[in-house]
Amino acid sequence: MTQTMVESRPGTATAQAPAGEGQARSREAVLRVFRGDASGGSEVEYRVPVAPGMVVLDAIHWIQAHRAPDLAVRWNCKAAKCGSCSAEVNGKPSLMCKTRLDHFAQDRTISVRPMKTFPIIKDLVTDVSWNYEVNKRIPPFKPRPGADWRWQQSDVDRVQEFRKCIECFLCQDVCHVLRTHELKHQFAGPRFFVRIAGLEMHPMDGEDRSGFLKDHAGIGLCNITKCCTEVCPESITITDNAIIPLKERVVDWFYDPLRMVWRKLTGR
Amino acid sequence: MNPHSDRSWAGGAGTLAAPSASPGALPGLPSTGVPAGSFRGRGFGERLGATEREDAWWAQPLAQAIGLGLLGLYATWAAFQGNHYEFGNYLSPFYSPLFKPSWWPISPAILILWAPLGFRATCYYYRKAYYRAFFGDPAACAVGEIKSKGYCGELKFPFVLQNLHRYFMYLALVILVILWYDVIRSFAFAQPNGGFRIGIGGGTLALLFNTTLLSLYTFSCHSLRHLVGGKLDCFSCVAAGGPRLKAWSAVSVLNGHHMGFAWWSLFSVCFADLYVRLCSMGVIHDGVIYLSSLFDTAGGTGL
Ligand code: SF4
Ligand code: SF4
Ligand code: FES
Ligand code: FES
Repeated sequence: MTQTMVESRPGTATAQAPAGEGQARSREAVLRVFRGDASGGSEVEYRVPVAPGMVVLDAIHWIQAHRAPDLAVRWNCKAAKCGSCSAEVNGKPSLMCKTRLDHFAQDRTISVRPMKTFPIIKDLVTDVSWNYEVNKRIPPFKPRPGADWRWQQSDVDRVQEFRKCIECFLCQDVCHVLRTHELKHQFAGPRFFVRIAGLEMHPMDGEDRSGFLKDHAGIGLCNITKCCTEVCPESITITDNAIIPLKERVVDWFYDPLRMVWRKLTGR
Repeated sequence: MNPHSDRSWAGGAGTLAAPSASPGALPGLPSTGVPAGSFRGRGFGERLGATEREDAWWAQPLAQAIGLGLLGLYATWAAFQGNHYEFGNYLSPFYSPLFKPSWWPISPAILILWAPLGFRATCYYYRKAYYRAFFGDPAACAVGEIKSKGYCGELKFPFVLQNLHRYFMYLALVILVILWYDVIRSFAFAQPNGGFRIGIGGGTLALLFNTTLLSLYTFSCHSLRHLVGGKLDCFSCVAAGGPRLKAWSAVSVLNGHHMGFAWWSLFSVCFADLYVRLCSMGVIHDGVIYLSSLFDTAGGTGL
């Protein structure tokens, strides 16, 4: 998996945690970090000196550098753009690099755990490869026959929102169909509804994915409770702009009795 | 649950072989290659309400359950009363259009109210609200659910009927026209010695306010958004693409506030009924500011 980068080098993060061990500490954060692998594990408490503007990932790096060089964490950009550092901070699916420490009350412990929905590899790193496999099953872009390759900005405004996805899989992690009901073999999950919406609504695309959405991607399993939208770090309006419009298209084909009769009669 | 407790996994976890996607096969979905129940989430191993969240995640579903419960109870009660729904030129929105066949034994509201009720019950926003608040499915994000093996979302009866939302939307549009007629009528106050005068009463304002909110709610509907243009892939490639893009954009703007309109219009519709009811019961006195002199309807025209 090229996307995986398990960081456990000591000393990589000293620059982000300026308050060294010998210095007077004005403020400390207490982090409980999950340590373990598929055979089990427990939360370990670390005290981390806090500098202004620090994020949870900085604190994790400080722990790696000063306390636990074998702590596994996946990260790349520290700018909320690569989608690698997904975890659950105080039980909420979040990007560690986008979650500031000053967001939490000073006296509260901050818990950092790996995503629940995917198999754990080690500590904060989970195996998200299922997502890449799902991605391969989606019917790809297919140009409309005889398409005139000119379109207006207004035709693509809508799909540009979906292109913001950084594949952090936080929406997949929080979605109860995957997380609680464990229907991974029947449900593609919100991230892939976003991708399918981007293909379906593309002005030059000629593929029809309604059947795939209904029978394979399991869009009917989504009960539009919007947890995916709540956690998306790119603020993609997943449910309202991707899933519901796709549900409406599936209704057009499979559930709207008048439209179905009309299609039978006119062949359109 | 102690969120800081140690954790272990059910047996069988740890085989992380990535499932292979066979290119020629049907486009079904792969599995994670790890048995269900062996993730840290443990699926149904968790109880309803089990969570590692530390905030007041229960506050929102609780508030919604109370809000929907109280307004729902009031609406049901008012619909079954079958009286005090009219006061002069005011008609309660629960009873509009007023249709009172002699063979119908109970409140006339029941003949009408199934349509707006179906519209709200299948509304994408209300679905979210009641799945969370009443079904706990999920009550809040990253919170455990009631154990039930056969989760099928909106795939099976009765939830598969949610797909008919657009038909309720068509009905709601018709009812909206009638409600606007009621608003117009509420400006015309019959006078004791014949004829009527144009004026604004408390009920006029209640009906106007309510019908405005109901219009905003209806015009922000997801199914309407799909109908007016959302189903198109390329606005510049179809006939009347420009107006359809405009219509879709306008509905999209309203759609961003659909939740707010859903709640405000639910309050206002109950309030409008309550206002008419209290006037009719003589509990409150409806004040009117007249804007015109007498229109004589001796000629037979009148609202
Ligand atoms: S809205 Fe649908 S896809 Fe998104 S989290 Fe809820 S059930 Fe999952
Ligand atoms: S849709 Fe949002 S939450 Fe989901 S993977 Fe993309 S960026 Fe992450
Ligand atoms: S490290 Fe790239 S998103 Fe957090
Ligand atoms: S989606 Fe709420 S009324 Fe149609």
